[in-house]
Amino acid sequence: MLNIKNLHVAVGGEEIIKGLDLEVGPGELHAIMGPNGSGKSTLGYALAGRDGYEVTDGSVEFDGRDLLELEVEQRAAAGLFLALQYPVEIPGVNNAYFLRAALNAQRKARGEEEVDSMAFLKTVREQLKALKMDEALLKRAVNEGFSGGEKKRNEIVQLAVLQPKLAILDETDSGLDIDALKLVAEGVNRLRDENRSFIVITHYQRLLEYLVPDRVHVLSDGRIAESGDRSLAQRLEREGYAFLDTAEA
Amino acid sequence: MSETQQQVEELIQSRYKAGFYTDIESESVGAGLNEEIIAMISAKKDEPEWMLEWRLKAFHHWQTMTGPNWAKLNLPGIDFQKIHYYSAPKQKDRPKSLDDVDPKLLETFDKLGVPLHERARLAGVAVDAVFDSVSVGTTFQKELKEAGVIFCSFSEAVQEHPELVREYLGSVVPYRDNYFACLNSAVFSDGSFVYIPEGTKCPMELSTYFRINARDTGQFERTLIIAEPGAEVSYLEGCTAPMRDENQLHAAVVELVARKKAKIKYSTVQNWYPGDENGKGGIYNFVTKRGDCREDDSRISWTQVETGSAITWKYPSCILRGDRSAGEFYSVALTHNHQQADTGTKMIHLGKNTSSKIISKGISAGKSSNSYRGLVRVARKADGARNYTQCDSLLIGKTCGAHTFPYIESANPTAKIEHEATTSRIGEDQLFYCQSRGLDEEEAVALIVDGFCKEVFKELPMEFAVEAKALLEISLEGAVG
Repeated sequence: MLNIKNLHVAVGGEEIIKGLDLEVGPGELHAIMGPNGSGKSTLGYALAGRDGYEVTDGSVEFDGRDLLELEVEQRAAAGLFLALQYPVEIPGVNNAYFLRAALNAQRKARGEEEVDSMAFLKTVREQLKALKMDEALLKRAVNEGFSGGEKKRNEIVQLAVLQPKLAILDETDSGLDIDALKLVAEGVNRLRDENRSFIVITHYQRLLEYLVPDRVHVLSDGRIAESGDRSLAQRLEREGYAFLDTAEA
Repeated sequence: MSETQQQVEELIQSRYKAGFYTDIESESVGAGLNEEIIAMISAKKDEPEWMLEWRLKAFHHWQTMTGPNWAKLNLPGIDFQKIHYYSAPKQKDRPKSLDDVDPKLLETFDKLGVPLHERARLAGVAVDAVFDSVSVGTTFQKELKEAGVIFCSFSEAVQEHPELVREYLGSVVPYRDNYFACLNSAVFSDGSFVYIPEGTKCPMELSTYFRINARDTGQFERTLIIAEPGAEVSYLEGCTAPMRDENQLHAAVVELVARKKAKIKYSTVQNWYPGDENGKGGIYNFVTKRGDCREDDSRISWTQVETGSAITWKYPSCILRGDRSAGEFYSVALTHNHQQADTGTKMIHLGKNTSSKIISKGISAGKSSNSYRGLVRVARKADGARNYTQCDSLLIGKTCGAHTFPYIESANPTAKIEHEATTSRIGEDQLFYCQSRGLDEEEAVALIVDGFCKEVFKELPMEFAVEAKALLEISLEGAVG
């Protein structure tokens, strides 16, 4: 699904990712943990193609294509989704309208037929219900006046409607209370299948109790310093990231 | 034409879809401005003597005036002697019905999306189509007449309803009012006239479509809308012109009179040719629009979407004379390339417990300059006046400018005046967010701008809202990146 080789990413001339290798197979869920400033969010933005995140070396193959060749919206249409740590507000733009415009833009780019508003509303309502979100949110402007938790759940609604091949969740758990966290995890678990992959960026082991990862990676200073199964996450929770220094020394 | 050149032409055409020229024989009075020309215009329209006298009074006054220089506009000198003040498509007799109108004219309006002939007329909207200096026809006149509504060209009104014209003409915008209104009063050629009798709700939307076609010609139209006690009307106005390298002048006057409990809603989608990307050509749009809430409990609402013109100078205003009368102004002004806009409103509170609301959205892109200028004045006796003003500017790119000039003058301590203003840039984070969900950059900008204008668009009649949205998208093409 995703094959990253020797990836280097610079932001404002400063190298943040310094030779990262990562392979995520179809249906796998990988967790990426690591201390602040280790480059976790940068990785997410670089994969999504955000301006200012300059790939200086390496390659990324996504679903058989060279991901780095594609524009941001082409990556989305190809099946890449990034749930933002801080979802953006778009005043005056109705949430339902936004989501449908996005879905149809992607479908159009893939040569698929556009979804009519009835079919669309039905899907969205189901997703909202599953995430215990009020339908009134559809009529509100995108993320405007949403609480932190609502914004994060709204990202999962988008994820569920857009049905990507690979979803990167950037600290989707931060700022969520335990009930909201469970809802988000359930939402993600419902979407897991043998073809859809996930990269879950998180600070805390907590989320991984609900989203069982196939692999856990520790990012440190722009590289993957350690990989393992879910027990690695538990160890980090107990011992913190201090072992990284000793491992490197 | 070489292939690339043709592609460029096509691209420009696609941006300004109304930029074509209709090749039609026209008669015009010679260039220049003097008493003789004015008399000629008046004679062509077979006007009564009082009308000509009024024009000449205006002309003599205009000669003593100088143009306004207070706006934040880089105003070019206009040589008024080089302009043709009258141009009309040649026709043997004035067509008695729309069936007699020159097919070329009908085709022009068809192409502009305003079909006039019976089969294809817009449902529920009566249209008066003005081509250069004359009205070529008005639809649904019979149906409106049955409701007692008069909707016709201004020239026709002078002939058929002289008493009404004489009573109300210049009663809201006196010919002395300002330089361009005064010029218009001297040379105005046509426009629309609306009269809604007492207690009547106009059964359909009324609209006028203004089209400038001839070269070196100015368009000087006048619109007069009178709503008798308890009457209601919604009126729409649209405008386009061919693309030319020379600038053309458009100086219109609109007067609205709302009597007791009457309601007038006036919407404009202004899409005059804005000039090319280097600032060459385009319409100079100097317009005076004013509504008089003459009696108690009347209401006048202006909604404008301004995307065209090289220069826009326009302040649709309300005089809140009647007690509890209300004025509203909703505006979206978009400037791109080298366009300049200085636009806003005046709310003059004279009656007691009057209220006004101003929602202004300015969008600047390219090297354009976009200013909001608004006056809220509360007279000494206007107890309990209220105003709410919200003024937002959105910048696209780094070479444009947005300015806000609010003037607040209150002579009454009971007045409540609120003013809010924001300036923002389309955020890189917003663009990225939209694109990461699959929208391309232009779709993303259109979506964000549409959201920004929401409060104004929802005031427009449905079909106009759709057109306005599409127009913004076209006008913003190439604004980013």
